[in-house]
Amino acid sequence: MSNGQSRFHVPAPPFRPGDAPDFSHLDLQKAGEAKRPDPLTAPAKMTDLAMGLIGVLDHNHQAVGEWDPRLSPEVLREGLSHMVLTRIYDARMLKLQRQGKMSFYMKSLGEEAVAVAAAMALEKSDMVFPSYRQQGILFARGRNIVDMMCHCISNSRDNLKGRQLPVHYTWAEGNFFSISGNLGTQFPQAVGYAMACAYKGEDTIAASWIGDGTTAAPDFHAAMTLASTYRAPVILNVVNNQWAISTYEGIAKGDSPTFASKGLGYGLASLRVDGNDFLAVYAATKWAADRARKGGGATFIELFTYRADAHSTSDDPSRYRPKNEFEVWPLGDPIERLKNHLIGFGEWDEERHEKLEEQMTALVVKSYKEAESHGTLHDGPLSPTHTIFEDVYATEDWRLRRQRQDLGV
Amino acid sequence: MPAMNMLQALNSAMDVLLDKHPETVIFGEDSGYFGGVFGATQGLQKKYGLDRVFDAPINEAAIAAMAIGMAAKGLKPIAEIQFADYIFPAFDQIISEMSRLRYRSAGQFVSPVVVRSPWGGGIRGGQTHSMSPEAFFTHIPGVKVAVPSNPYDAKGMLIAASEGDDPVIFFEPKRIYNGPFDGVPDAPLSSWAKHPKGEVPEGHYRVELGKAEIVREGEACTVVTYGTLVHVAVNAAEKAGIDAEIIDLKTLAPYDIETIVASVNKTGRVVVAHEAPRTSGFGAELAAQIQEECFYALEAPVFRLTGWDTPYPHAHEWAYFPGQARFIRALQTVTEAR
Ligand SMILES: Cc1ncc(C[n+]2csc(CCOP(=O)(O)OP(=O)(O)O)c2C)c(N)n1
Ligand SMILES: [Mg+2]
Repeated sequence: MSNGQSRFHVPAPPFRPGDAPDFSHLDLQKAGEAKRPDPLTAPAKMTDLAMGLIGVLDHNHQAVGEWDPRLSPEVLREGLSHMVLTRIYDARMLKLQRQGKMSFYMKSLGEEAVAVAAAMALEKSDMVFPSYRQQGILFARGRNIVDMMCHCISNSRDNLKGRQLPVHYTWAEGNFFSISGNLGTQFPQAVGYAMACAYKGEDTIAASWIGDGTTAAPDFHAAMTLASTYRAPVILNVVNNQWAISTYEGIAKGDSPTFASKGLGYGLASLRVDGNDFLAVYAATKWAADRARKGGGATFIELFTYRADAHSTSDDPSRYRPKNEFEVWPLGDPIERLKNHLIGFGEWDEERHEKLEEQMTALVVKSYKEAESHGTLHDGPLSPTHTIFEDVYATEDWRLRRQRQDLGV
Repeated sequence: MPAMNMLQALNSAMDVLLDKHPETVIFGEDSGYFGGVFGATQGLQKKYGLDRVFDAPINEAAIAAMAIGMAAKGLKPIAEIQFADYIFPAFDQIISEMSRLRYRSAGQFVSPVVVRSPWGGGIRGGQTHSMSPEAFFTHIPGVKVAVPSNPYDAKGMLIAASEGDDPVIFFEPKRIYNGPFDGVPDAPLSSWAKHPKGEVPEGHYRVELGKAEIVREGEACTVVTYGTLVHVAVNAAEKAGIDAEIIDLKTLAPYDIETIVASVNKTGRVVVAHEAPRTSGFGAELAAQIQEECFYALEAPVFRLTGWDTPYPHAHEWAYFPGQARFIRALQTVTEAR
């Protein structure tokens, strides 16, 4: 205690309930300012990309700079439509959870671009290893909404036979890995999968997503080491939505300047991207996919965003953070930003947007009716009871057989 | 005495420990400002400050290791693992380090750490919020394993655990945090306020580890269980009108063999019950020990009532949970065996 002060340090977030949040301390690089190097550039030659912020949409909603992916209006409208659907679906499912139709739910409000833009930039044959907050990938890949809902309400048509909590989807057909409830485990698995793609001489790559909080997990460091050592064709994404349940990003980040900068020590190409900028997420993912496919190895991407709603249906964020943080934080709302961009060059308008929302709402309502016709968690029918003994092993052994008989199913 | 639920009792225990022992520190994921996802540490950071009750990064290995390091320097850490299902990243630190530090250093270093963790099913948590992994830990020499079944014990046992000299894995049956549970899922929730063990003294007291309690006396058979199932057992015995003697084990390592043996020698019939899967579950240890010590008193095979050898299902949670119907059947089977 040389200066009389304790050296025992525990960091705390700048704002708690009742405080007026203020993000002016964030010195964010302006859209269009970041350079776009060739995707095969050595990581040591582009460390600035881990410290700045790759952005395309400026505050006038214009696409600017070297990272502009120059997408056609059709592609942009498709992205907008997937994001709107994601948001409407989430809102509806939350409401249904409140009505007791499912046990649990997790929204991705405010982070829709992270999942949707990345999925659109990848090939459908690329394998994704998401966390529970990238449902947007499923919409972008065209999964049947009724099937998604049947999983969430754990009914007789749940493709996971009622074994998983809602939103923990699996969809092998869509190259969507099984979501784990154990944080971070998918990160190094994605590296292994990508290595297998390389081993087999296939063009396919893998991509994975974890949250800011999960960068503290042992598996994060495992993935980073593997990805660097084996130059695996993988994209490792950190969705920095600034909160891990009630825990602010600083508890995982420590004194690192950015999450992206954590990749530098591993020798990985590391990008920090405006996660609420559809075009920037798309462009960065495309760049990383290109790098992976051409043999340049892995890319580590921090997507800077904000978790606009509760962690899940089990917590109340007003108990640990100011209510209006989302409104005042500088990177806005990904849907509004893409919508305004399209409007700015005459490819969209408020009326069409309203119509899109109506269509998506109708689709969600209609899909739910159909899903519910296959049962709900509380009223059934569920997957038959004997299915709890299936898939433990490839074939049932005497123990499970006896136990199944004991239960009388 | 005030009525407390189990969370309030645990909170009160930590309040007492923080107040009495400046070496006590508490940390875990969301345990600081928010007070934990179940609220067990609510208000403690505000009362004792950021350096005594704080948030940890999402790394259970780091949480366990930090606790070991702190304890080596004389602190008394109480670490929270958010769900017992998430304790496995910490497994290496617990097995290879925490449990053996005293042994391998011939007593030069010790790690009297308490690892608290919400445990067990019955809250529709699916396979990653329902597990009962106690048997992994009872298999490790050097750690104690405790599972209270009510607010009074939860407080007294947590204080005893933290004031003790050995590492303790302290599993909290989350299904009964807010009230006892009779194993019938759709029945209305009951409250601890109506239960005698919901009366909890405000101040310091200890319920020593290693001692079981007979929560219901009987002659027809013995039930050895712990956690949520203690309540399911009592209700099943009453419902079925079977004169069962029910032992709340409370501590699994080391378990109270004397209380078990005395009861089994009296009844000659025994059900051992847990929610965890059957194969290599803690019931296997109990059954083996009981047959060694009470073989000639037994009038029926030891009955193991357990979860199935499957992961904990979500939609079919109640087909997995050994609830009232299965409990009654178990009691009938052992008492009717001739
Ligand atoms: C190994 C493990 N530890 C703890 C948890 C409990 N838990 C579930 S989500 C969560 C917070 C995750 O935060 P972050 O990584 O930032 O992702 P986000 O929820 O913000 O998308 C925690 C601690 C878990 N699921 N797995
Ligand atoms: Mg987060």
